[in-house]
Amino acid sequence: MSKFPAVTNTALAIRDLHKSYGDVLAVSNLELAVTAGECFGLLGPNGAGKTTTIEICEGLLEPDSGEVEVLGMRWKTHERVLRELLGIQLQETQLSEKLTVTETVRLFQSFYRNRRPVDDVITLVQLEEKSKARVGTLSGGQKQRLAVACAIVGDPKLLFLDEPTTGLDPQSRRQLWDLITQFRAEGRTVVLTTHYMDEAERLCDRVAIVDHGKVIALDTPRALIASLNAEHVIGFTLEGETASPDERALRALDGVTSLRRDNGAFELKSMELRRTVPSLLSFLERNQLQLAELRTRSATLEDVFVSLTGRHLRDA
Amino acid sequence: MRDSLRQLTLTRFREFVREPEALFWSLAFPILLSVGLGIAFRNRPAEIVHVAVVGDPSAVRVAMDALATSPGIKAEHLEAIPARLALRTGKVALVVNARVPGRVEYEYDDTRPDSRAARLLADDAIQRGGGRVDPLHVSERYVREPGSRYIDFVVPGLLGMGLMGNGIWGIGFPIVDARRKRLLKRLMATPMSRAEYLGSFVFSRFFLLVFELLALVGFSALVFGVPLRGSLLQLGLICALGALAFGALGLLIAARPRTIEGASGLMNLAMMPMWILSGVFFSSENFPRAVQPVIQALPLTAVNDALRANMLRGAGLEVVGPELAIIAVWFVVCFMVALRIFRWR
Repeated sequence: MSKFPAVTNTALAIRDLHKSYGDVLAVSNLELAVTAGECFGLLGPNGAGKTTTIEICEGLLEPDSGEVEVLGMRWKTHERVLRELLGIQLQETQLSEKLTVTETVRLFQSFYRNRRPVDDVITLVQLEEKSKARVGTLSGGQKQRLAVACAIVGDPKLLFLDEPTTGLDPQSRRQLWDLITQFRAEGRTVVLTTHYMDEAERLCDRVAIVDHGKVIALDTPRALIASLNAEHVIGFTLEGETASPDERALRALDGVTSLRRDNGAFELKSMELRRTVPSLLSFLERNQLQLAELRTRSATLEDVFVSLTGRHLRDA
Repeated sequence: MRDSLRQLTLTRFREFVREPEALFWSLAFPILLSVGLGIAFRNRPAEIVHVAVVGDPSAVRVAMDALATSPGIKAEHLEAIPARLALRTGKVALVVNARVPGRVEYEYDDTRPDSRAARLLADDAIQRGGGRVDPLHVSERYVREPGSRYIDFVVPGLLGMGLMGNGIWGIGFPIVDARRKRLLKRLMATPMSRAEYLGSFVFSRFFLLVFELLALVGFSALVFGVPLRGSLLQLGLICALGALAFGALGLLIAARPRTIEGASGLMNLAMMPMWILSGVFFSSENFPRAVQPVIQALPLTAVNDALRANMLRGAGLEVVGPELAIIAVWFVVCFMVALRIFRWR
């Protein structure tokens, strides 16, 4: 590798990135640094600028301004080298339906200098049984795994995945997650975008939450959730449409850090479930309010997004 | 050949042969068309012209005797009114009005070629019957050899039309389709060489060209006896150059559009005038003199003229130099412009 510039410990660095389409600002003042060997997630709602950001990193889009360094190199000066070192899966690519799985992987393999054996890659993405099948006959999950196979057949150092599991059934999602985890375990770097909080929590070492083209939070999933000062979320609704408990009193309950009210549904965030739940129940009893529903869950990245933006990921 | 170029070419080829419709339209269709046209325009024995004779009985008899000496004429005696009706409805080409001995009047439509031929034949027979002596001795030799029939004219035209259609569709369609499906963008995200990507279309096009040529030329030579008077190698060269020019035109058409519909419109816009003007089914000389410079500059006109010169006249490359130059210019200009404006992502 001596003819390549030294590969630093930073796999991807983005500084002051701007990109707009006409009047629409897609990415604004975006800054990121991805460490080699980690799985990094860009989490955000549709239209947050994730795909624009990742395609600029992939050298497929020109930024309006800002700097992108991939594996210590720039697209302007090292495009050919970078193409050899990156594995890329794009959103909504339709591979040729007339080719078989093996023929497709073989075609992509032929473009690279470093080549993983076609059969190994097909086994890795669990498509052995479909290796002779035409791409047109594959299911959505199988097509997506084939897209990943094409991305890794060149033995990349850095893998970009744009919404890899969007539209897939739960089983296909888990198969892809295993695949990404395995790739990451080989010491390679993964950068992925997703609007599924469970995907980001499960796969990513660190997550950047992106909204309106900006990074609004960046840390490990655990630290992001901890920043809520609330490990738990207690959701409840009350009998009777006019039921209107004193919100200040609710906020003052034992262990409660915040309250959200969405029509008739209440959400309390709490540090300690075992203190908050009994005090909530006794509060309701004192005020002669009847519970219609009560549920508790652990806080997620979704709650982080909601607390940062006031919106849910899915309807943002 | 580099592995990637081989794989890309194989891909082109697989995509093509796994599309049964494409195989039919590019290989079988031109043959079916040549069969249809060969049957429709097959050569018949020299036609007999029908002539009606009217007038005074004795004069009619003299005229009928004279006309009977001409093998190309079938004459019948009719009354004046049925004779005129037969002329109007095309049952006879000419009415010979023999009112009195020594005078003859021909009634016919001088815009009908068969009527004009009938008049010449009938007049010749009647004048000789009347005692005319020809000052010169003439004899005739019939030349009815392959090379001057309609099928001979149309097969090179079909070949040229196939080169155009397969070049423009065969290259334009897959590129626009790949762009629409974002496959082109995905390929751009690999180290794939753009030159090899475009080169793979050229290679697969040449490969299929061999089959196109063998199918149509082989079929029409065997079944219709269409002549192949020129060098086969030079015929192949003309076809290859034509395939390059039309491929470059297909590339130019496919350089920008993001949808199949947009590309189809452009393809029809490019091909339709050439189907009509460039002498596929009838000679391009039929169009007015004023538009001839434009017609002669079209690539299909040049290809068709060069193919006919090679196949029918046995002309060498040096004879079709101007045509080859026109084709080469189309190739270079289309290719350069296409590369410059090509939308890769």
